[in-house]
Amino acid sequence: MNEMAVLLKPVLATLLGGAVCGIVGVWVVLLNIPFVGVAMSHSAFAGAIFGLLVGVDPLIPALLFCVGASCLIGPIAERGDFEPGVALGVIFALMLGLAFLGVGLLKGPRTEALNFIWGNILLTSRRDLILLGVLLFILVGFLVVLNKEVKAVLFNREIARAVGVPERAIFFALVMLCGLVVSVNLDTIGGLLIFSLIVSPASAAYQITYRLKTMYLLSIGFAVGSCVAGLVLSWLFNLPTGAVIICIASLIFALALLFSPKRRVQRKLG
Amino acid sequence: MLIPGFASPVAVDIQDVKVSYYEHIALRHVSLQIGRGEFVGVIGPNGAGKTTLLTVINGLGRIHSGTVKIFGERLDRRNIRFWRSRIGYVPQSLKVDPRVPVSCLEAVVIGASGRLGIFRRVGQVEVKKAEMLMDFFHILNLRNRPVGQVSGGEMQKVALARALLQEPEILLLDEPTSNLDPPSVEELTGFITSIYQRFNLTVIMVTHQIEHLPAVCQRLVLVKKGRVVFVGNRDEGLRPDRLKGLFSNE
Repeated sequence: MNEMAVLLKPVLATLLGGAVCGIVGVWVVLLNIPFVGVAMSHSAFAGAIFGLLVGVDPLIPALLFCVGASCLIGPIAERGDFEPGVALGVIFALMLGLAFLGVGLLKGPRTEALNFIWGNILLTSRRDLILLGVLLFILVGFLVVLNKEVKAVLFNREIARAVGVPERAIFFALVMLCGLVVSVNLDTIGGLLIFSLIVSPASAAYQITYRLKTMYLLSIGFAVGSCVAGLVLSWLFNLPTGAVIICIASLIFALALLFSPKRRVQRKLG
Repeated sequence: MLIPGFASPVAVDIQDVKVSYYEHIALRHVSLQIGRGEFVGVIGPNGAGKTTLLTVINGLGRIHSGTVKIFGERLDRRNIRFWRSRIGYVPQSLKVDPRVPVSCLEAVVIGASGRLGIFRRVGQVEVKKAEMLMDFFHILNLRNRPVGQVSGGEMQKVALARALLQEPEILLLDEPTSNLDPPSVEELTGFITSIYQRFNLTVIMVTHQIEHLPAVCQRLVLVKKGRVVFVGNRDEGLRPDRLKGLFSNE
């Protein structure tokens, strides 16, 4: 009974964390910006380290760094006529530099700082759950209200712009929401591992379905499934939870790729 | 909705427009007027600035100087989305990943997104209109097929249907017949003629293949090295010596 009570919060965190990662993963995969997860996770990591340095709640600067980075990525890509991947690369390098600078400046043991890299889902707090719940509500609300705009941008950004959709604003919003997902999951899943949890389940879903709605559902299902299975296995075999979650997410992707009906169609199309 | 600007007899008014990408000047002080209801063909060799000319009309291309007016209203940040939602645009052979989870019907319905505005959802009315347009272009059988898995000709029909769902005042066609086999070119040219006559549109069609211009196109704009070198009627524009000069390397 006691063990069950201890596991309740982590289980809820995996369900909510998996759901939010599954949703933004679809955007990352369809917009072909997988690097966004890396750049955002490093921004959140740099922000959290900054929080430790100045003695404030790490979540707040992590959120601010992510929002700041997402605000920079879009305009850098637009102004410089770069691909978003190039802008992401620039931000990623900057944030990595800032993060390690911060780690270097930290006094005493750096255990707390390193926790942001790997996370610890077993230490999920009530606040983490509330934040994840609010974030899931925001993401679903965003999708419901701006469904046709998001769909147009995911299909083709140039076409979306040409038909009069506020494509730039929607794209920036999608990147910013990715940043929020990374920041909020920093404590639980960890800055480095979250990248895989965003990309792998959505990529697996992409191999299976031709319907966007189904892709969202599959992506959420795969992400939640990876999290729950990872949690249970790590609990049973005393393994690092985050690492097990990522291994399972990667395994699901490998299976989806292996049995993908789309690959057969592609082979037929030549 | 009655829009005052739509009363103007001039659909597109480009004045002294310059567009450059770093050192490359794509358009050099171009001025051009296109009347309401005209079908204008824009011809020129590759890299002449034809596509750039189209994209300054719907604001997808950034201009460095000059002005663009649509139905007498100057294009700027405040009205750009409004006009984009009323200017149909068919880009040159859109490449779509065959795995993209978007059906042909959904790709057509995207055309209604701008006109509906934010917060209004796509309803049955838009879906019905999209299906009618797909039926018109003989692609209703593709409604559930992933849009990345259709042929080049079918993709262009999807793009035309999407552009028409915008209920546009102006239709911009960027090499719509390029990379198509001769029967598909003939079919698509027939459709373009038909929609021009049926929907009372102003059509601007870019091509470097003169034989692909429909017969209803009676006015030509010849473009070379970023400059408009001729504006006039079709027969005059297609004079052999003029075309030889247009496509020569000088």
